[in-house]
Amino acid sequence: MKVRLYDIAHARAGDKGNLNTIALIPYDPAWYPALCAAVTPRRVAEHLSDRVSGEVVRHRLDNVHALIFVCPRAGDDTVTTSLHLDTHGKSLGSALLELTIETAGPADGTAGSR
Amino acid sequence: MNTTGARIGCGAGFAADRIEPAVDLVERGRLNAIALECLGERTVSLAALRRLADPGGGFDPMLAKRVRPLLEPLARTGTRLVTNAGAANPLAAARMVRGLGADSGVRTSVAAVVGDDVLDRLDLSAPAWEDGRPLREHGEIVSANAYIGVDAILPALETGAGVVITGRAADPSLFLAPLMHELGWDPADRDRMAAGTLIGHLLECAGQVTGGYFADPGPKPVPGLARLGYPLAEVGADGTAVITKLPGTGGRVDRMTVVEQLTYEVTDPHAYLTPDVALDMTGVGVTDLGGDRVGVGGARGRARPERLKVSVGYRAGFRGEGEISYAGRGALERARLAADVVRERLSGALPRLRVDIAGLNSLHGDALAEGGEPYECRLRVAGLAGDLATAEIVGEEVSALYTSGPAGGGGVRAAATEVIGVLSSTVAREQVHTEVVVMDDTDDREEQGA
Repeated sequence: MKVRLYDIAHARAGDKGNLNTIALIPYDPAWYPALCAAVTPRRVAEHLSDRVSGEVVRHRLDNVHALIFVCPRAGDDTVTTSLHLDTHGKSLGSALLELTIETAGPADGTAGSR
Repeated sequence: MNTTGARIGCGAGFAADRIEPAVDLVERGRLNAIALECLGERTVSLAALRRLADPGGGFDPMLAKRVRPLLEPLARTGTRLVTNAGAANPLAAARMVRGLGADSGVRTSVAAVVGDDVLDRLDLSAPAWEDGRPLREHGEIVSANAYIGVDAILPALETGAGVVITGRAADPSLFLAPLMHELGWDPADRDRMAAGTLIGHLLECAGQVTGGYFADPGPKPVPGLARLGYPLAEVGADGTAVITKLPGTGGRVDRMTVVEQLTYEVTDPHAYLTPDVALDMTGVGVTDLGGDRVGVGGARGRARPERLKVSVGYRAGFRGEGEISYAGRGALERARLAADVVRERLSGALPRLRVDIAGLNSLHGDALAEGGEPYECRLRVAGLAGDLATAEIVGEEVSALYTSGPAGGGGVRAAATEVIGVLSSTVAREQVHTEVVVMDDTDDREEQGA
């Protein structure tokens, strides 16, 4: 099945210098394994290629069923010197939620999202 | 010392935060302490520039407005205030707060924590974290502030001061220090240091853990967002805590809001570094207790970093910006034509130029900007130049679209400002010498202690 992340998860973006962090959190923890399988660092880097360059690093927080993506920003785009309208990149969580994944679905077989 | 527990709140999550929720927290929260986090990475550098222009300035310009309504309830309830709003001049900030107390007849002892400014000791050959190049290659450096921690703040609390004002203290340390002071925690107890740091990290952005920056009508509703209450933590002597908010305030505290804040600005959940500890949050448990109460625990701590992070401000040039809106049939095509015209007119004038259409692609680029044409959209042009006059050309060319651009443009705004860039590096702990200056309103002496 194809699922848009927005329909099963929420996100929050943060910033550190020339990095953005984006947390991805499923509404239902049953979706966590599917997110771990489908939302790879490479997939995120491709999806956010307008704003992100270089290697995206992914951390798993299995204890709270959350993924953290650490995304290097392109070139000289730091929070303080950025020419973007959203200098902090705080809207990138919404960009990540636009990603559509191909997945077998939640671990418990239900279609439940939120 | 309190062996049963402590209550601590957060009354500001950034320099421009709202003021009323902090007053409510002090009035009704039965708090031991409240912290106000008012210092972003860039804020201290901008403050350093203001201090250069005025030696009595350089602290948070909103501090007086923020503290004035708090002083009387703080004194009445015995709640202590800790804030980093001293920015580039904690001493002047403390003097100002002491003056406010004197003016309003509130007896308050104010302590300033000074010594985070390491500009005169900065190793300019040290690499910037951002690009690995030596600091000196980035331009004229105007500020360097080390992230100080509980080592620096605790002595201020031990003086008995009701208000403690710091400069560049690490955000979670503003919470950990009063918790240590209240609960008698040993700095060598790394798991307690980690627990208090976790609590500070969850509280430091104020409304962000109570439903602020969270609402998405439909999937993520937040009741009473306009009356958003700010958070407090009920902290046990063992470091476990309940994150909650005052009854009757808007917002929500549950597993979702707490996990979003837990992961906020975290680049390594195995080692979230502060001057006090390396917090490992991979074993943290978040338990929804219902009724806007969430239990947190399970933080583990490892040795604190050997060197302190330092935030370095440098002159990065001047940013020029201009915006103009188009609406109605063909709005997007007219905005695109305007973009082409400005790009051609500014060709080669600035080393960096960016042209976007707000309402279409200004946040996430073209790849995600699919779908129908917007009814109205706003052209935005931004450029970076080495001098103010060149930066101003951006706004001038956007303004010129009124009479020599596409049809129907309106609402031009133009601006040009100096850009202070911020880089991160480290400084040896022994290079940073902090001290506490107490201003007691019982006499006019300023006592100085290590």
